Amino acid sequence: MDTVLIFTAIALPLVAAAVCGIAGWRSTVGVAGASAVGAAGLLLADALVLAVHVTRTGPVTVAGGLLRADALSAWMLLVVATIAALACWASLDYLAAGHPSRHGARRYGVLFQLFVAAMTVAVLAGNLGVLWVAVEATTIVTAFLVSHRRTRTALEAAWKYVVICSAAIAIAFLGIVLIYYAARHAGLDSHQALDWAALTAHADRLDPAVTKIAIGLAVLGFGAKAGLVPLHAWLPDAHSQAPAPVSALMSGVLLSVAFAAVLRFKAIADVAVGPAFLRTMLLILALATLAVAAVLLLGQRDYKRMLAYSSMEHLGLMALGAAAGTRLAIAAVLLHVAGHGLAKTVAFLGAGHILHLHGGSSQVTAVRGLAARTPLLGGLFGLAMLALLGFPPAAVFASELGIAVAGGAAGLGWAVAVAFALVLLAFIALITRTGTMLLGTPAGPAEPAPPLGVAAAAPLVAGLVLLAALGTARWPVEHLLTAAAAVVGAS
Amino acid sequence: MSEAAYTQILNICAGFFLLAAVGMLSRRQFAGMIRLYAAQGLALAAIVTVLGIREGSVELLAAAVGLVILRVLVLPALARRALGAALHNRRETSPAVSIAGSLLASAALVLVAYAVARPLIALDPSATTAVLPIALSVVLIGLFALTTRHNALSQVIGFLLLDNGITATAFLATSGVPLIVELGVSFDVLLIVVVLTLLTVRLQAMFGTTDLDGLRELRD
Repeated sequence: MDTVLIFTAIALPLVAAAVCGIAGWRSTVGVAGASAVGAAGLLLADALVLAVHVTRTGPVTVAGGLLRADALSAWMLLVVATIAALACWASLDYLAAGHPSRHGARRYGVLFQLFVAAMTVAVLAGNLGVLWVAVEATTIVTAFLVSHRRTRTALEAAWKYVVICSAAIAIAFLGIVLIYYAARHAGLDSHQALDWAALTAHADRLDPAVTKIAIGLAVLGFGAKAGLVPLHAWLPDAHSQAPAPVSALMSGVLLSVAFAAVLRFKAIADVAVGPAFLRTMLLILALATLAVAAVLLLGQRDYKRMLAYSSMEHLGLMALGAAAGTRLAIAAVLLHVAGHGLAKTVAFLGAGHILHLHGGSSQVTAVRGLAARTPLLGGLFGLAMLALLGFPPAAVFASELGIAVAGGAAGLGWAVAVAFALVLLAFIALITRTGTMLLGTPAGPAEPAPPLGVAAAAPLVAGLVLLAALGTARWPVEHLLTAAAAVVGAS
Repeated sequence: MSEAAYTQILNICAGFFLLAAVGMLSRRQFAGMIRLYAAQGLALAAIVTVLGIREGSVELLAAAVGLVILRVLVLPALARRALGAALHNRRETSPAVSIAGSLLASAALVLVAYAVARPLIALDPSATTAVLPIALSVVLIGLFALTTRHNALSQVIGFLLLDNGITATAFLATSGVPLIVELGVSFDVLLIVVVLTLLTVRLQAMFGTTDLDGLRELRD
């Protein structure tokens, strides 16, 4: 049962990748398209069963501990599967609406599924080495997706992305090597020394001085993949240049997958060197990330980059919640992962359609009066932006409130105040730009825009419905969230 | 092997390892940098061989062979392929820090590495861990090259230098992480270099240069 569930989750996207590679991607309802969406749906079902299974029986390990599913991995898998399904569904329309070549479509299909597979392995990894390899694999696969459009800017973005992320993740590997060194000297054998469960169980025996350096490097490296400063320069470029469904996956889940890795290291560090060490580090990273995001949002003229900086803002908030570190705080952070993921997915998919309508111009000023010209697209994009800004009933409202309350209760009142002042700045910037895009008066005569088709609108509507459902009734996942927070040692 | 001989041979290999890294910073010609990188790969393999002989570990000796194949043969060949695409600029023309400055900085970085490595040596003082600061110096020099060099190929070489330093740290501190992880990591590094090489070739085709100063369109 355990083995089947875990291996199925990894095999589904791989099988879909193989089908896309063999069959090619011809039309909206071709074999490859159907298998891609089918695999995404099955992955979601598998994630649901796994989530129920681990909440009932506790963590399960397979493949000699290399893979492991606990409440945190089950929750992350659920988010990955949901957003992958939405992005995959939207890819049908993306590829149908003016894709250049059959070769390009085939490549897109294969890489997209490999990307999902790598994230699946990353959330189900039970061994720090496997986690590292999987996160690095996401960089390799997405590099080609970022440069997919083969323009100068796409190439520039891909270069920065690969160089910064692979250097950062190499630094994280140095951290993992040092954890292994400390663990071997704490009496763990070579099979256990990178095993996350064994490391957390014996973390009190790790040498504190070495563990501090190790965890610092690992958090810096995985933090870069999560879009935290100081190695964040790749993020706005890569997220704005990638095809819309890929941006949705990268921004909606890949950042959070890397952040979940940071939470795993936090569980080790809190026992080995005390909670104060990472709390200080995460607070600095959180406030600096929020500050950078807010300042750059204020002057932003490009709406895809605006969405990218908004992702940094949300990841900064998650880091703040992680710094607070209580069970309530971590549960709120994990809810925020889902809320931000869904809202950002809809926003990026909407931005993709807007980009298509405006001949590839991603300037805010090029998109005035969208609500009047194409009400459905304008409305969906507007709702996604409102959700991102934290308006109820979207789940982001509940999770931001949760992070603020838990932060205050953990004695971080001043940090919460500074953080939310920065969030307010970002709020003002985002709402003005969105206002211009939706309601602004067009410079010239308003050209009528073709209405958004049902097939294209469906994934966006589904995402928004899920977001509101999660915000109004979170009781079905409440237990899973608390269990996931407990997994990483929050009390 | 006697303790004294082991210490001496290990120190000599580590010395060459560091020297190659500093040498790469002092070069402007890419061909020379790649040759030095291959030499550094040999020094790394020698370090692992010495460790393997001392511990009588066949696994380490096999790892040394793997290192020679990957880092002395395959990766330099890939880098040369990228160089072939960049016929017109075979030199690093615009480092942010001059060559002399780079050499001074690398001396400072070695000192930093010695300071950082103190807790690592304190955990297990031995002839092997005494060499750890050298490996960390190469990590820092690699990061330095990555941040101050503005040519695509120089950045690839900086990344490779960083990776060599980390691999050396892994073998010196722990006789290597478990084999399956080591394999995964090597495979990932190989793929990263393939990706970077492909991107370099495309950059050359699209921009007519591999100098990244031309990449200035995306900024705030």
